[in-house]
Amino acid sequence: MAIENLKCKECGSAYELGASYFCENCFGPLEVTYDFSGLGAEEAKRRIQAGSQGIWRYADFLPIEGRPNDPLEPGQTPLVRADRLAERLGIESEVWIKNDAANPTHSFKDRVVAVAIAKAQELGFETVACASTGNLANAVAAHAAAAGLTSYVFVPANLEEQKLLATGVYGTNLVGVRGNYDDVNRLCTQLAETRPWAFVNVNLRPYYAEGSKTLAYETIEQLGWELPNRVVSPIASGSLFTKLGRGFQEWLDLGLVEGAQPVFNGAQASGCSPVATAFAEGSDVCRPQKPETIAKSLAIGDPADGPYAVEQARRTGGAIDSVTDEEIRTAIKLLAETTGIFTETAGGVTVGVLRKLAERGELQAGERVVVYITGEGLKTLDATRDTFQMHEIDPDLDSFESEFRQEVAV
Amino acid sequence: MAVTVKIPTQLRVATGGEAEVEVAGSTVGEVLDAVFDAHGDLRERITQDGDLRRFVNVYVSGEDIRFQQGLETAINEGDEVTILPAVAGG
Repeated sequence: MAIENLKCKECGSAYELGASYFCENCFGPLEVTYDFSGLGAEEAKRRIQAGSQGIWRYADFLPIEGRPNDPLEPGQTPLVRADRLAERLGIESEVWIKNDAANPTHSFKDRVVAVAIAKAQELGFETVACASTGNLANAVAAHAAAAGLTSYVFVPANLEEQKLLATGVYGTNLVGVRGNYDDVNRLCTQLAETRPWAFVNVNLRPYYAEGSKTLAYETIEQLGWELPNRVVSPIASGSLFTKLGRGFQEWLDLGLVEGAQPVFNGAQASGCSPVATAFAEGSDVCRPQKPETIAKSLAIGDPADGPYAVEQARRTGGAIDSVTDEEIRTAIKLLAETTGIFTETAGGVTVGVLRKLAERGELQAGERVVVYITGEGLKTLDATRDTFQMHEIDPDLDSFESEFRQEVAV
Repeated sequence: MAVTVKIPTQLRVATGGEAEVEVAGSTVGEVLDAVFDAHGDLRERITQDGDLRRFVNVYVSGEDIRFQQGLETAINEGDEVTILPAVAGG
């Protein structure tokens, strides 16, 4: 097994394994390529199973030399059957929830950041940075602190307070930019040219994005070395969505798992749905939008991997749908009530789309569906405000009895 | 209209190392054509069949031209045109 080089996804030009992310010939995104020819399926499986209880058990499939000593190693998050959710949706499919809120900073971003920070250290960077909608900010600040690196975290200034607080606590340089995420992203693209920093999702993006493949690998392992029939995943930039596909494909090609790519269903918020819109129009051009949604972690109006996400949904017979803010709130509650898992708004988007698929009759009996919950509900508490009522009583029995007269059968 | 066009580091090999190019034009399309006239190597890297390649973003004074009139977007005196890769973020 060997990490080969960086290769343009558009024109195939090859580049050395440095801090570069786009093709000088056509501006296409660069992707890490590997040579797995020396790695047999049995040997690969043995090495995985002898590995750590986190993402570094998949080190053979990640663009890092060796297995880093990572004090905040993410991964091995729960994959749980959600029979009551399926029942509420009126479907006979086998629904599984991959709860990736159960990571060190409570979102899937720990995976990509762990890989990016390891690469930043390998390349000799002393400062790391990112453009973030919040979850990435938490992860970069925390992992940089754990690694003893200086960090700069750029976010839209109007981010949820929880996400700002859960970033600043790590002692990062937190920069609130007066603008939306796409403005932040443009600024960071410019800064990446003038500062000698590792921007995890700009100049280190080819390595960073590879971290998302570990969600695919874990899914296969946790299903007893089988593939799901369908996945439902949120789409912001489209990177997670496409890397899930790459992860499944690598293990199919290597013979670590048998079968075919799952059907890919993508989920966006109606208030920021450039990829769902392109899919619906039969186009692969994602016209940028100005986001207006409570799902701020998915509020990327100009998604870098949008065209590839559209292609992947089409190729696998899937779709990309969007849901309204109200549907997001309802779906957060539905997931919490039926599984005990409290997700942030992105998970509401994903479960909201699962519900849409159920209502359209697209989920077959016996079909195994994995739903990716990418972040924690405590980060977007406002989304649950006024969705239930508290019973307020005096501290005596009569007060309780009168409040619950109807409900409590004595 | 005289404008400054900012060139990403990775493309400066095509501009003889220059980070900025001063050209004239009344629309983004005209400005880019003027840049290509001066540095022919850039045309193919940035455009395909007369349109911007799909991973190229162009901004006029900070605003993405796709929110304006694309290559027809008007240029005002003193505007700054920035060419950036679109594959960052997320």
